[in-house]
Amino acid sequence: MAVVDTKRHNMPTQSAEQRINNFDEVALGYTPALAAAEAERCLGCKNAPCMKGCPVGVHIPDFIARIKDGNMQGAIDIIKKDNNLPAICGRVCPQENQCEKFCVRKVKLGGSVAIGNLERYTADWAMDHGVTASHCQPKNGMRVAIVGSGPASLSCAGDLARAGVDVTVFEALHKAGGVLVYGIPEFRLPKALVQKEIDGVLALGVKIVTNVVIGKTLFIDELLDQYDAVFIGSGAGLPSFLRIKGENLNGVYSANEYLTRLNLMKAYKPDAVTPVLKGKKVVVVGAGNVAMDSARTARRLGAEVHLVYRRSRAEMPARAEEIEHAEEEGIIFDLLVNPVEILGSDGSVSGMRCVRMRLGEPDASGRQSPIAIDGSEFEIACDEVIVALGTTPNPIIKNSMPELATSRKGTIEADECGRTNIDRLYAGGDAMTGAATVILAMGAGKRSAQAILNDYNARK
Amino acid sequence: MKDFEILVKRRLAENVCEYEIFAPLVAKHCLAGQFIILRTDEDGERVPFTICDYSRKDGTVRILVQEVGYTTKRLAQMQVGEALADFVGPLGNATDLAEYKSVCLVGGGIGTAVIYPQAKQLHGEGKAVDVIVGARNKSLLMYTDEFGAACDNLYLITDDGSNGTKGFVTDMLKSLVDGGKQYDCVFAVGPLPMMRAVAKLTKELGIKTVVSMNSLMVDGTGMCGCCRLTVNGEIKYACIDGPEFDGHSVDFDEAIARSRVYREHEQAHVCNLRG
Repeated sequence: MAVVDTKRHNMPTQSAEQRINNFDEVALGYTPALAAAEAERCLGCKNAPCMKGCPVGVHIPDFIARIKDGNMQGAIDIIKKDNNLPAICGRVCPQENQCEKFCVRKVKLGGSVAIGNLERYTADWAMDHGVTASHCQPKNGMRVAIVGSGPASLSCAGDLARAGVDVTVFEALHKAGGVLVYGIPEFRLPKALVQKEIDGVLALGVKIVTNVVIGKTLFIDELLDQYDAVFIGSGAGLPSFLRIKGENLNGVYSANEYLTRLNLMKAYKPDAVTPVLKGKKVVVVGAGNVAMDSARTARRLGAEVHLVYRRSRAEMPARAEEIEHAEEEGIIFDLLVNPVEILGSDGSVSGMRCVRMRLGEPDASGRQSPIAIDGSEFEIACDEVIVALGTTPNPIIKNSMPELATSRKGTIEADECGRTNIDRLYAGGDAMTGAATVILAMGAGKRSAQAILNDYNARK
Repeated sequence: MKDFEILVKRRLAENVCEYEIFAPLVAKHCLAGQFIILRTDEDGERVPFTICDYSRKDGTVRILVQEVGYTTKRLAQMQVGEALADFVGPLGNATDLAEYKSVCLVGGGIGTAVIYPQAKQLHGEGKAVDVIVGARNKSLLMYTDEFGAACDNLYLITDDGSNGTKGFVTDMLKSLVDGGKQYDCVFAVGPLPMMRAVAKLTKELGIKTVVSMNSLMVDGTGMCGCCRLTVNGEIKYACIDGPEFDGHSVDFDEAIARSRVYREHEQAHVCNLRG
């Protein structure tokens, strides 16, 4: 057996100085040699602790073993059995809190195996080599409608199509992909790659109809009449605002609007028709992945960017890698700071009044709750504010169907397999859980696909 | 027929065209007062327009477009037989004036097209319907023939007096009320300054007033918050809470400031289109 280099191999990236001047992908991918060396680090644990951290149950040691053998086709086949969108997951999953968290190498053996990097390498290899969709079972006569075309829906659609179901996906926007196309920036998840993953789902026979808002254009009742089952994966659409004075000034964006203008509508391109304001000094409020995406996007548009967060660095909810990348790119973190008012002149943003915070007793979530320090108010001059404080579920479906059970927060109530209180109607992803991650949404889509198949067969 | 094909294009005024678009899915459930969002081209922007009329049988939706910015001018270049890249809806909520018995409908500019279906419906229900149509000048007045059979009284007014009375819609409304007319609701649709002026007047007169807000939008489904406005001190979204609101509760000054946010960008792009 070869001597195994024990230290984790990081993925090469564009330098920070270079990448703040472009929207190209930051992480450049493993070379075959790096991938082989990293794969060799996997100990192939029989009990596969990493797998319990994967929301879609990818057979991780098995696919890594195929990479070691140089059998890339075998590796992608194993991943695709459980994951319909591996090139996406390899890029945006918070692996450090999932598979890699449970890797036995994590603490003492040079760091966890870079499972996400290897997944990405394998998926990119498959795309580069034109590997086509895996085999579908013969059509079973079942028809399912899916609402939304984000990760939960695509995952559900892929699994159902493979099982022989005739699947139609309805998307409200003009382009399929949901948060993958409107939310996550090009430099973290290239849109051409998202399109290839969607093409893979289309190749399974899934139909996607854009420009249809379920609850407005068509109603759930109509879909239930025409299809054997309906899955709602409409996401967590509605942005939260600060609810402070000055929030409707020109130059204040929700992160959703800012990122949609730039990602879906391509406002970063010089010839784009859709406009976006390009502030010189931008303040982003929040510290999740969406806040990092907004801050890094504004930086690429040439701004000095401050990120304001009311807790400390340890509590920042973004992926570790996004926080590091943001810092490398020169984003200034103003921690333990909370906005109290957005200041304006002539209807546009001119600054933000903030207050300094300290951490008090842990709250219900277990995090120390921030408390304002009296007399610590100060102003930051800025000409643009991006509010990235999370989202709540879109109310359109709920309003169009009062009999559908929803929580006080507006999320759709459903069991662990996504069964709602209405027969043959399922839901999953952010529409059910509130804002979470791509991979959790995909896991929910998979579970619902299985439940839809089981329930259909039980009815027969 | 292609999806989103332009079936009819009719010029109503110097810079205003009416379009009938083939969009059977939109026509299936749409109601007057709701809106659609369209993109002319694959790389176009998303722009909302109020639905003026529709035919479920023919699968068509009618919109009125005033040429003010890039997309509206690009649309004016398109011909019958060409298809739009995207056309999604119906979005927002339908107009509901069912509870009122004596209504004054006030239309300014292309807002006139939005009040027309309401006039038709209320008049058909036997309610008292007066219509005030205003424009800068005679060439910009529209739908005047159609209103003839859809209301009790039609009052035309132009800023320059080139047709009907000289003055603003508010002058007409005030003189009608001063003359003894009694309305339990005013429905005003038009440019923001016009709606602001009507709401200011009717507040003094104590008449319930409904306005239709034409905010900038991106998705039109509540996702972006671009169309937010302040109503009674609270943030509301024109796309999912509106587009119609109590005219006395809307912060019009803020709405007008927000409507101008991309003015410079817009002008630069219109130049590109001409070039």
